[in-house]
Amino acid sequence: MDILVQQIVSGLATGGIYGSVALALVMIYEATDIVNFAQGQMAVVSTYLAWSLLNAGMPYWAAFAATLLISFVGGVLLERTVIRPVEGAPVLTQVIVCIGLLVIFNSALGWIYSYVQKPFPSPFPERPLKVGNIYFGAHDIGALGITILVLIALYAFFRFTTLGLAMRAAAQNPVSSRLCGIRVGWMLAIGWGLASLIGAVAGLMVAPIVTLDPNMMAGILIYAFASATLGGFTSPGGAVLGGLIVGVVENLVGTYVRFIGTELKLTVALAVILIVLLVRPSGLFGRAAVHRV
Amino acid sequence: MPTRGLRAALMLIVLAAAATLPFVLSNFRLFQCAQVFIYAIALLGVNILIGFNGQFSLGHSAFYALGAYTSAIMIDRWSVPYGWTIPAAGVLCLVAGFLFGIPALRLEGLYLALATFALALAVPQILKYFEHWTGGSQGIVLSKPEAPAGLKLSADQWLYFLTLVVLLVLFLLARNLLAGRTGRAIVAIRDNPIAAQAMGVNTALYKSLTFGVSAAYTGIAGALSALVIAFVAPDAFDVFLSITFVTGIVIGGLASISGAIFGALFIQFVPNWAQDISKAAPWAIYGVFLIGFMYVMPYGIVGAMRLAARRFWRRAAEPSAAAARSRG
Repeated sequence: MDILVQQIVSGLATGGIYGSVALALVMIYEATDIVNFAQGQMAVVSTYLAWSLLNAGMPYWAAFAATLLISFVGGVLLERTVIRPVEGAPVLTQVIVCIGLLVIFNSALGWIYSYVQKPFPSPFPERPLKVGNIYFGAHDIGALGITILVLIALYAFFRFTTLGLAMRAAAQNPVSSRLCGIRVGWMLAIGWGLASLIGAVAGLMVAPIVTLDPNMMAGILIYAFASATLGGFTSPGGAVLGGLIVGVVENLVGTYVRFIGTELKLTVALAVILIVLLVRPSGLFGRAAVHRV
Repeated sequence: MPTRGLRAALMLIVLAAAATLPFVLSNFRLFQCAQVFIYAIALLGVNILIGFNGQFSLGHSAFYALGAYTSAIMIDRWSVPYGWTIPAAGVLCLVAGFLFGIPALRLEGLYLALATFALALAVPQILKYFEHWTGGSQGIVLSKPEAPAGLKLSADQWLYFLTLVVLLVLFLLARNLLAGRTGRAIVAIRDNPIAAQAMGVNTALYKSLTFGVSAAYTGIAGALSALVIAFVAPDAFDVFLSITFVTGIVIGGLASISGAIFGALFIQFVPNWAQDISKAAPWAIYGVFLIGFMYVMPYGIVGAMRLAARRFWRRAAEPSAAAARSRG
């Protein structure tokens, strides 16, 4: 029983990270209909940035804030410079541009920082928390808490600010929004900035667990993609919940089903998702696409 | 527009060039050319599904692997002559693709992409799991097939011709399939499934069949690659191969048959060039190429060529039209 609870909590912690990246994917998808394959790699870039800042002697939370700020600006610039020229091109063309970004970032990081794994500090104490008979990793709890904070902040931003409203409008109906005076192009850019910021948080939270290297996010992007699909690509809340479900399922399957172990647990997690999708083809919380005939 | 005759002449020139190349190029270059032909077959298969039928797949590395392993296991374990393993791989992948296409009917767009993505992820691990058959992560080593006794060709020359002939046959088949009634149905399903259904197209059957045919092409390509490389191992068939396929068809041109060749040339040679330019960060150069190509030719190489041809013929037509007006 204790092991079960422990596994669920650590599953929720990794799930929160999957959920954050999934959320970033969904934000860009909602606004532009493209899946940003470079999302995970952008997060790795942010994490390396933080690593450099920390190595230069900056205190953790200052480096944290600086990284988020730079990631946001970087995301905005990326949309303005790299994505904008293909805005009108077919969706697959845009996806290929994202793949291009992915390989560029990956290779450039390997070149600058080498592919050697680097330890990354956690802002939380090393000593595990003890509740009853159960030990929780402080970093697990902290990461989960930060993910939840980011979510609440985002929700508040989209729900209560004019800018958030304008961004939602631009995503839903670009033409009408433009007629209302919303600068749709800039809303897109800000969307990229926010997605990049969320990715940065996820990167900073996951790096202490998996150690930092240029391929750190490859596996996580897959889980995030699965989470977003499970929750429904049209539902931000669903994406996060999907992430939590994937994290927990993955952990439980890895622990309790012997012959699966760690090698096949990704496959099993995906199989579970597929079964869900066959029953609910638009994900758990997604809208079914309605086509005009 | 160019006439049929002009097109046929162009084709003949290209074919003649292809037939003389093996006697000019080094064995290593021939090996690379055979690779290009194999990629072209696989890309054509992927393009039939994504470009013509509108079903997105990130899982074709799985069928490529299935074809490769079918061939390798038949040769290695059962000593089947290698020639027979190619159609066998095709048929097996046709059936596998058809069967996978049935549950895929329920899924669209990204959700289908994830389903196929999962397939692609699972394959290397499944291959390692059935070690008895597949040789686990060590893979299976084959010997390169020699040319038949009567022909004075080296192994590489022979494989070049073999892959070229298979490529030509499969391209012809694809052209005939897509130009006729079936092809119209396949494209109609992509453009408007409901209208297609109303016109009497059995969408479910056609979609699963297209999946099957597409998988069969990719499987045959996989079988040929096992022969040419003479080695199969699980890690060669990961998700990145699927992504490479999708990249190839978008670069070559979606929903075009000849685009497969250009796409194959790109995915075979551009990474090498990138390596030549920068040893330190070759993939960064590759990424720059990729993005650059998409900026210049958002509709792929064939799309850009069509556009250029249309402009050229229009310009060619204009002076005569002007002359006709002035006379009138």
